[in-house]
Amino acid sequence: MTERKTSLEPGRKIRVLVAKPGLDGHDRGAKVVARALRDAGMEVIYTGLRQTPEMIAEAALQEDVDVVGLSVLSGAHMALAPRIMELLKLNGQTHVKVFIGGIIPDEDLYRLKEMGVTGVYGPGASTDDIIRDVRLAVAG
Amino acid sequence: MLCVFVIDMNIAQAVIQGDRLALARLLTQVENNTPQGRAALIELFPHAGKAHLIGVTGAPGTGKSSLVNQLAMHYRKTEQKRIAIIAVDPSSPFTGGAVLGDRVRMRDLSGDPDVFIRSMATRGSLGGLAQATADIAQVFDAAGFDIVIIETVGAGQSEVDVARLAHTTVVVEAPGLGDDIQAIKAGILEIADVLVVNKADRPGVENTEKALKSMLELAHPTQRVFRHHGINMTAPVPKDDLQINTWIPPIQRTVSTEGRGIVELAEAIEKHVMHLRQSGDWAVHERARLEVELEALIREAMMDHFRENVDPHEVENALKQVVQRKISPWEAVRTLVNGIKEGEINEPRS
Repeated sequence: MTERKTSLEPGRKIRVLVAKPGLDGHDRGAKVVARALRDAGMEVIYTGLRQTPEMIAEAALQEDVDVVGLSVLSGAHMALAPRIMELLKLNGQTHVKVFIGGIIPDEDLYRLKEMGVTGVYGPGASTDDIIRDVRLAVAG
Repeated sequence: MLCVFVIDMNIAQAVIQGDRLALARLLTQVENNTPQGRAALIELFPHAGKAHLIGVTGAPGTGKSSLVNQLAMHYRKTEQKRIAIIAVDPSSPFTGGAVLGDRVRMRDLSGDPDVFIRSMATRGSLGGLAQATADIAQVFDAAGFDIVIIETVGAGQSEVDVARLAHTTVVVEAPGLGDDIQAIKAGILEIADVLVVNKADRPGVENTEKALKSMLELAHPTQRVFRHHGINMTAPVPKDDLQINTWIPPIQRTVSTEGRGIVELAEAIEKHVMHLRQSGDWAVHERARLEVELEALIREAMMDHFRENVDPHEVENALKQVVQRKISPWEAVRTLVNGIKEGEINEPRS
C-alpha cells in the first residue's frame, strides 16, 4: 500500500473535513470555521450534524482529507475525539491531523493535546489562528 | 516533487482489488493530475468502460443531492449494485477554496461499504464539472463500481458538460423556477434523458410539468396543430416523420425528502439504458466521449509543448505589447507560435 509521508505536494489543495460528532445541534461554530478555511483557499467538506465517529472516519477516508476538524459543544469530546482518532488510525489514515473546537474545559486541553490533537479552540478563538495552525499541521 | 511515496504494491492494482484507502488516495492523485495519478489512469483504462454513468444536474436547490441519496439507497436495496457518487461543488473564484456540502444530504448512505462518495471542487472549471471529474469516474469504473452517479454543481443554463460524460443525464427541476419560455431556451433541458420534477409536493408542480411537456412536444411532435377557420385542429404527424428509435425524455415527479417517485425514476433510467443498448447509442456515446477526451489531452499536450519551448519572458513581452495595443492578440499568438515551429500550427481564427 501507499503511505503518505508528507501530505502536500506543490499545487495540492488542503482538504479539511469539518464534522459535528455527537448529539448537540449547535453548528454555527463549525460553519464559521468551514467558511474561514474556505476563504483561506482550502477545500472543506462539511458533513452536517449528529455524526457518529464511524461516519466521520468513513467520510475522512473517502474524501482523503489532510485534516479533520471536530466541533463538539455537548461535553462529550473526551469520548468522541479519541474514538475518531482511533478509527482514523485503524483505516490507515495515520497522517490525518485532528483539531477540535467547542466548549472544552482547560483540564481536558492537555489530555487532548497529548492524544495528538493539533489544536483546541474555544469561544472567541481567532479563525486566523485556526487557519495558521491547520497550515502548520499539514506542512509538518 | 516534495512528496515521497513508499510503494509496496502498485496503487492501481490495489484499487482493482478493492482497497478503499488506495482508491481514496488515487482519486486525490488523479484530481491533482500528478505523474502517479496519470500512470495509474493508464493502467486502469483497460479495466474501465463497464459502469453506467448517471449524471444528475439542475439549478441550485432543486434537490439534486437528496435525489442522489435516494437513488443510491434504492439501488443498494433492490439491486445490490456498488455505487460511487461524485459530488461536485463550486470553488471560490477569488480564493480557490470551497465548501463541499453534498454529503450533508447523503448521510443515509454512510456505513455502507459498497457506497463510495467523493466530493470535488470545480477548481475554476466552468461546465458544471471539475476538470478531473471524467478521470475520477474512470477510476471508479475500473475499481468495479457498477453505477457512478455524477452530481454537478448547481447548474444554470449552460453547464452541460455532464451530458458528454454520463450515459444517462437526469435534469432536476422544481416548481416555481421559471415559465415555459425558460423551458424552450437552449441548454440544460436539451441534455436531459430523464426529466425530474422534484419537490412535487409543492404548489405549482402542474405548471412546471406542463411547461416541460410542451417543451418536449415542440422537440418531438406527435401531432400537428393548425388553425382552420379560426379553430385549432390537430392531425397526427405522418408515421414517416416520426423518428423510430428516438428517445423522448420521460418526466418523473419525485419528493426526494420522502423517497416518493424514486422507484419510477430508477425504472425510467433503466429504460434509457436499454434504449442506449438496443439502438447502438451506447457505443456512439462512448466514442463521442472518448473523442472529446482525446481532444482535450491533445490540447493539453500542445499547451505543454508550447510552455516548454517558449520563454515565459517572450509571452510577457507579447502581453505587454498587446496591453499597449501595439499588436493585436492574434499577431502576438502568431509570433509566439511561430517561435516553436514555423508555419506548422494554425493561428487561431479571429
